[in-house]
Amino acid sequence: MTSAEIEKTDLVTLTIDGVQISVPAGTLVIRAAEQIGVQVPRFCDHPLLDPVGACRQCLVDVPDAGNGRPMPKPQASCTIPVAEGMVVNTQATSQVADKAQHGIMEFLLINHPLDCPMCDKGGECPLQNQAMSNGYGESRFSASGGVKRTFPKPINISAQILLDRERCILCARCTRFSEQIAGDPFIEMVERGALQQVGIYEKEPFESYFSGNTIQICPVGALTSADYRFRSRPYDLVSTPSIAEHDACGAAVRVDHRRGRVMRRLSGDDPDVNEEWITDKDRFAFWYLFGDDRLSYPQIREDGELRPASWPEAFAVAARGLADAGAVGVLPGGRLTAEDAFAYSTFARVALGTNDVDFRARPHSQEEADFLAAEVVLRTDDNGGPTYADLEAANSVILVGLEPEDEAGSIFLRLRKANSKRRTRIWSVAPYATNGLHKMGGTLIPARPGAEASVVNGLTHDTDVELDSASVILVGERMATSPGALTAVARLARTSGAKLAWVPRRAGDRGAVETGCLPNLLPGGRPVTDASARVDAATAWGVAGLPDRPGRDADAIIAAVGSGDLGGLVVGGVDPDDTADPAAFRAALDAAKFVVALELRQTDVTRVADVVFPVAPVTDKPGTFVNWEGRAREFPAVFVNPNALPDARVLAGVAEELSALGQGAALGFRTSGEAHARMVEMGPWDGERTSLPEPAASSSSAVVGGDGEVALATWKLLLDNGTMQDGEKYLRATARTPVCRVSAAVAQTLGAMVTLEGDRGSVTLPVEVTDDLADDVVWVPANSTGNGVLADLASPGSGVRLKGADQ
Amino acid sequence: MADTLTPVLTADWADEQSWKLATYERNGGYRALRTALRMAPDDIITAVKDSGLRGRGGAGFPTGMKWGFIPQDNPNPKYLVVNADESEPGTCKDIPLMMASPHTLVEGVVISSFAIRANRAFIYIRGEVVHVVRRVQAAVAEAYAAGHLGRNIHGSGYDLDVVVHAGAGAYICGEETALLEGLEGRRGQPRLRPPFPAVAGLYASPTVINNVESIASVPSIVGNGAEWFASMGTEKSKGFGIFSLSGHVANPGQYEAPLGVTLRTLIDLAGGVRHGHELKFWTPGGSSTPILTAEHLDVPLDFEAVAGAGSMLGTRALQIFDETTCVVRSVLRWTEFYKHESCGKCTPCREGTYWLVQVLTKLENGTGQEKDLGVLLDQCDNILGRAFCALGDGATSPITSSIEYFRDEYLQHLTNGGCPFDPVASTLFAAEGAR
Repeated sequence: MTSAEIEKTDLVTLTIDGVQISVPAGTLVIRAAEQIGVQVPRFCDHPLLDPVGACRQCLVDVPDAGNGRPMPKPQASCTIPVAEGMVVNTQATSQVADKAQHGIMEFLLINHPLDCPMCDKGGECPLQNQAMSNGYGESRFSASGGVKRTFPKPINISAQILLDRERCILCARCTRFSEQIAGDPFIEMVERGALQQVGIYEKEPFESYFSGNTIQICPVGALTSADYRFRSRPYDLVSTPSIAEHDACGAAVRVDHRRGRVMRRLSGDDPDVNEEWITDKDRFAFWYLFGDDRLSYPQIREDGELRPASWPEAFAVAARGLADAGAVGVLPGGRLTAEDAFAYSTFARVALGTNDVDFRARPHSQEEADFLAAEVVLRTDDNGGPTYADLEAANSVILVGLEPEDEAGSIFLRLRKANSKRRTRIWSVAPYATNGLHKMGGTLIPARPGAEASVVNGLTHDTDVELDSASVILVGERMATSPGALTAVARLARTSGAKLAWVPRRAGDRGAVETGCLPNLLPGGRPVTDASARVDAATAWGVAGLPDRPGRDADAIIAAVGSGDLGGLVVGGVDPDDTADPAAFRAALDAAKFVVALELRQTDVTRVADVVFPVAPVTDKPGTFVNWEGRAREFPAVFVNPNALPDARVLAGVAEELSALGQGAALGFRTSGEAHARMVEMGPWDGERTSLPEPAASSSSAVVGGDGEVALATWKLLLDNGTMQDGEKYLRATARTPVCRVSAAVAQTLGAMVTLEGDRGSVTLPVEVTDDLADDVVWVPANSTGNGVLADLASPGSGVRLKGADQ
Repeated sequence: MADTLTPVLTADWADEQSWKLATYERNGGYRALRTALRMAPDDIITAVKDSGLRGRGGAGFPTGMKWGFIPQDNPNPKYLVVNADESEPGTCKDIPLMMASPHTLVEGVVISSFAIRANRAFIYIRGEVVHVVRRVQAAVAEAYAAGHLGRNIHGSGYDLDVVVHAGAGAYICGEETALLEGLEGRRGQPRLRPPFPAVAGLYASPTVINNVESIASVPSIVGNGAEWFASMGTEKSKGFGIFSLSGHVANPGQYEAPLGVTLRTLIDLAGGVRHGHELKFWTPGGSSTPILTAEHLDVPLDFEAVAGAGSMLGTRALQIFDETTCVVRSVLRWTEFYKHESCGKCTPCREGTYWLVQVLTKLENGTGQEKDLGVLLDQCDNILGRAFCALGDGATSPITSSIEYFRDEYLQHLTNGGCPFDPVASTLFAAEGAR
């Protein structure tokens, strides 16, 4: 049977309002009606939630249920599936349905405060809209002196989410979302009758990274955010579609803005990527754009002090400084659009003539660079890369060093859906089973930090873990520093036929790989070591030749600045405390002869830089993020802001000045649009890609232990001290309390608080017993205390000592 | 006249310590169980089908047919759940039965579970009646000790465990899917159907939910035969049932009679309406069934005839009201009950009952308007058949039926500027002849 035939046999034909229509079996009547253009009013119904039939707003008349007999009473069209030969009359053709809907609407409004003029939802409110389209103009309830049920105005159900119980129509969308989608059932209906209300538990806070979605799907103004409440009217807002910049998921968002300010962000609707959900970070963390520390004009250092400068002057000073500094390294960071990353990549090769460029402003390794070149770059759906749809359809998924709930919210929700709807089996190679893993119904494959390679190699012989071509392996960013792990993962994918993807943490990471912000890769996956690839790139750039040896990676760039081999640095959005060795990075900044910083806000880099360029944030420029799937996610500029130029424009300006000084050539583009066009023109490399070298004989003996040291496991929580969450205190208040996780046996020796001592400092945290953590492993959140673990404690995977804080 | 009664379930209620296992067995109890255990389970289902037993919880669905819906090829365990959450205003048959003769229920549970091949049964008892919970618990313990429950019952190889569960006091939990939610530890709110409990009920497994009286009737059917049972009652409503008379009758109580008996006969058996008064209106099956009046005294009390009279047989909770009773006040009381008990899940029931009470209160106080009657009827039209479960439907019954029969009395409240009745006159402590 062809697929068309299968499709045909699965169709059910029914008649709605006299119009015959064929829809797939199992379709709900309410959605079949949409297809003939009839919108049946509804509240509790949501296409991504299980039907509940609670609000009764969508009642329709069914004169023939498909068996020749009428349904005796109006039916909730959101709960009944279509049947062959069924006849449905909606409010458009049936008096009964129309009266039933008007009756329900009248009931819904009797206890609703009708405070639309002061309600955040007014103007975009399904209740308001449908009361106009399917309700009476006059209220018999208030005309007869009816007394409404009242509640005190909003109560907090979390620091961020406020509940106005009077407005609530008890559709249970929020509680069902929390239970069915997010897996955080911390809100539930309590009480009964007209006193029924959404409630929280006494001792269990509404702790969910996805809580903001409940506001968006609330069909009335019952749920509002502390952040947006009373800020604006929907009809004053201009909406621009965009892509979330906080992780590598590529989630579609909608930016609602007014007079040059972002007022709020909502989830976009993209069934292929994030469906209709985003994390609270994507939704609420945009105030960093409007902090007092935003840079708004170029600065140059004169007599030790930064002073404002014009753009042309700054371009010239930067070019002169770089030309005089000798060899220059480029550290673009991982938050760039693909266009800007392409500009850095081009700038390094064309203007500076170097391969010393590395976007990885975090712990990394040579093995990772090889892995990215061999297994990641250019890998998309078209050539065997997994997609969100593959996650949902997979038989099994293995996560290696990846905590989706913290690092990639859309992946987390999709995996949870796969597990709950399709029983997809999920395993996680990690130091302990996180709550997020439990919510995905996953199973832990325990691995000490640094020992992941041998665990992954062992999976080939694990009869319980079944991998085949319908499986997906997702490997996280922190595996970069686990010796052999990435190689082992690549081998596992090859031998099992499973699809493999690398899931970085930052929105620009994958785009930076694709555009060649790596010492071993040119744009489009062209290997530096491949002569024909170099010729190809040089031709596209219009230069005579390109350096033929791979450049220094970020660690080596830092070291080379320290040793004087490099004199200059061009630094993009890099937070020193994110880097593998924050102290060394800071020392390099001081040691460098000349530092050019391209930044959004004042940082430790801009404070010591010789030239500081303000760059445009994602709202002020069009661009593309490439997500973990390799899917290009283009977005337009939200604002036109002349104060901030995209990185590409700044680099183009500096390159033009450099070429005027006789060094290198101009980039060949200035705007983001031109950069994009040039990038597309250059295209992907169609030659051989490099293969992954076997790592040097297992160096995993470097695993720490002995001397009372335990191995440090760490990753960043979704909500932590990250600078892009600055300025939103309500969001920050919903972050999880930082704890130090140890095994029960270790906890017994510690008491309530523990001090961890590493080679870079010490951190004191409350102890939390974690069952499946090994006795010689300790876990702490990477950036929830002080300056973060890298600056304050030790490098991940290294040994730390534990001491009861009161001992 | 007394021979119109057919005491089967109630036969031993007057015995000394009727609730004890010894008393029950002395009167022939648990013999039907031994008979049943020698039968093929399907034959028991057939016998119950042939007997014509219809659900005694109000809806009257054929019990044997319900059992037959259980998919025996389903790999999940099967469950029997006894709905003992008797909360319908006026209904007082299951609680007296469980007090006076709990073993009739327990024996019925074992036979019914055996028939549907369940190894675990639950008796969900209304939480407020702690004394009944204790009594049924004691009876179950006695039955375990005597080998009527537990492993390998009477050597048959059949195992059954019975759990006595006390509800938390919500009327809605009498609705079978809300009861299942409650039994699973969730909030008592009705579930979306399909799937029906016969396919995915308790813990998503095939489940039969029956009323106490239905299950308690099973031992007599097995013991005496389906024909014996079917010989009583009317053509489509066979067998006997407990008729609970309450209110303004001389001797209120439970009268067990064949279905099809008339209220006139039952009131005679109960010693007539309160002395010196006459029947004004009555409910055939609790407050959720439309009220009837004296003109319906000769309606046979079976499912068909009562439906023909515009009401429902329901639970045979015959609440008798004499002419001292204000119908508006009664209906207001009932409506307040429904408002209080509405679970809140669906809009029409939750908001509708909230509003109905306000309109009725004004009418009772004489501050309403005549057009409020139209509003009331329209509200009821917007609730009936629009609510998620039958609770909302039931809430409209007393209102629409009372306006049908006593519209003038509603209007009298308005012309009178308040209720024309002395509420004391309707009380039992009222002086004889008070008006």
